[in-house]
Amino acid sequence: MPTKKKIPIISTVRINNLSHFYGVADTRKKVLDGVNFNITNGELVLLKGPSGCGKTTLLTLIGALRTCQSGSLNVLDEELNGASRKTRQKLRRKIGMIFQGHNLLRCLTAEQNVQMGADLLGNLTYLQRREVARKWLSDVGLEEHHKKMPSDLSGGQKQRVAIARALSANPKLLLADEPTSALDSVTGREIVLLLKNLAKEQNCSVLMVTHDPRISDLADRILNMEDGKIFSTHGKLEY
Amino acid sequence: MSFFKYRKIPLAWLLLTRQPLRLFVAIAGISFAGILMFMQLGFRDGLFDASVTVHRLLDADLVLISPRSKSSISMSGFPKRRLIQAMAQEDVLSVAPVNMNYLLWRNPENLKTRSILALGFNPEDSLLLDEDFSSKAEKLKNPGRVLFDILSRPEFGPIEEWFLQGKTIETEVAGKRIKVVGLVELGPSFGADGNLITSRETFLQLMPTNPRGSIEIGLIKLNDTADPLFVSSILNKSLPNDVRVITKNEFIEFEKNYWRDSTAIGFIFSLGALMGFVVGCVVVYQILYSDVSDHLPEYATLMAMGYRLKSLFFVVAREGFILALFGYLPAYVSGQALYSLIRNSTKLPIEMDANKSILIFILILFMCMGSAGIAMRKLVDADPAEIF
Repeated sequence: MPTKKKIPIISTVRINNLSHFYGVADTRKKVLDGVNFNITNGELVLLKGPSGCGKTTLLTLIGALRTCQSGSLNVLDEELNGASRKTRQKLRRKIGMIFQGHNLLRCLTAEQNVQMGADLLGNLTYLQRREVARKWLSDVGLEEHHKKMPSDLSGGQKQRVAIARALSANPKLLLADEPTSALDSVTGREIVLLLKNLAKEQNCSVLMVTHDPRISDLADRILNMEDGKIFSTHGKLEY
Repeated sequence: MSFFKYRKIPLAWLLLTRQPLRLFVAIAGISFAGILMFMQLGFRDGLFDASVTVHRLLDADLVLISPRSKSSISMSGFPKRRLIQAMAQEDVLSVAPVNMNYLLWRNPENLKTRSILALGFNPEDSLLLDEDFSSKAEKLKNPGRVLFDILSRPEFGPIEEWFLQGKTIETEVAGKRIKVVGLVELGPSFGADGNLITSRETFLQLMPTNPRGSIEIGLIKLNDTADPLFVSSILNKSLPNDVRVITKNEFIEFEKNYWRDSTAIGFIFSLGALMGFVVGCVVVYQILYSDVSDHLPEYATLMAMGYRLKSLFFVVAREGFILALFGYLPAYVSGQALYSLIRNSTKLPIEMDANKSILIFILILFMCMGSAGIAMRKLVDADPAEIF
């Protein structure tokens, strides 16, 4: 009986005592307060918490969209505290992002939107990048809708295109900000399940900010956040 | 081939064409600015070219004029004997005295009078570079005979039409009876709406106050081997200072310089072209700025995905280039049509030459790329962290 190849466990995100502030002097406010956690490859982690607790700030810091102020934040073996703008921009190419509002380019078809992600892959010809885009659209079940404009797609279909776009650049880490908030419960669950399966196939870690309790069972781990701190962790993998 | 193989999605084109109405307005605005520049520069160049139509046609290597002459509309006389003195220079082949002044022409159809530029020369001399002209000049040997410029404005009467119908055309010039015995093609200028050519004898009859020994222009033909610049410098040293010797090209520039420097006309048309440029800049900037503002979340998304700010600058720059290209083409076609209309109605030699076409394309390109450059500043506001 052939033995299944075991994938080594690697930390894609390592956070140590991460703090972040907004404002200056009297208006200075601490939004993240000594956050510590790791995410390993292939893991689906849900980040939950009330509004204003610092979830989105944490997501943007991990996504290399903000400058890290205090503590250590290591993403895909790149230390982001003190990282240059260029380093962060290069790192973003390895991170897939899925936004609450889809953020599809309105002037592009579904296929072209996905291809914008594939365009970040080096050394592929135009036709090869288009093939990549079509493959991902097919994987999210939208092969027949590849020529449609975003305005002609439903909310669920747009979110599928956004997932295909995020995955088309072969990311090692996927960040999603409430991807199911605008979807009904069935579609929302379908989308997260799809995301989980596709990410697993790519051995890609997923960190998802969500308020949706109906998808909690799909997560490998749930991080609860309040007042800028991770106060509880539930799941199969404990750190 | 590799360009097509590794081409990217034409994002700039797709962003522009997403809102066809706005694209149409942008192209219309740029075209309007282009047309404005074509018209202003066309008028300016037309003015300069028209002012030297007669100058270009003169059969001469060197020209003698009075130092007091400012332009063809204010020529001063000098003694005719200076031409005889110039003959002493061995390189001088022949000389031709020419009188030039404005006279009143009576329209034979409605009897209204209008100022016309008259040239008087000896019919035996060669005045114009036109091969057929010498046979026409023969007819001027009889007094009271003139050749009429068919490119003169229609206000002088249907002279060409009547002449070709074989009618005898007699009218008054400076209150004296003359007969049209032939037609020439010279062209009007901003200074003269029409031209006539006659013999010096007739000219002096029409203008008896003009001294017989005084001329306004002296034409000098040189040997083929002679250098006009060198001979003009020798003649300027040897002749008294009541006359100035210049080459034909200098004579053309002398006339152009008058219109360019001594009048506000050149400045006004250049300013008009500048206004067109400024209007175009404002239109393109508004369009590109609102385009960048509208698509700011999309640009921020691309930055979040890992696209460099520089590559987004290129997208805006390409939008500017596309607008320049599509704005220029209708401006060029409209400019051609308007030039033709103006040429037919005013007889001014307004031409769409390569210099003007290229200059205005460069101006439109500069206008669009400059506006794109300013609009790019808005891109810096695209904060990818804000899109979550």
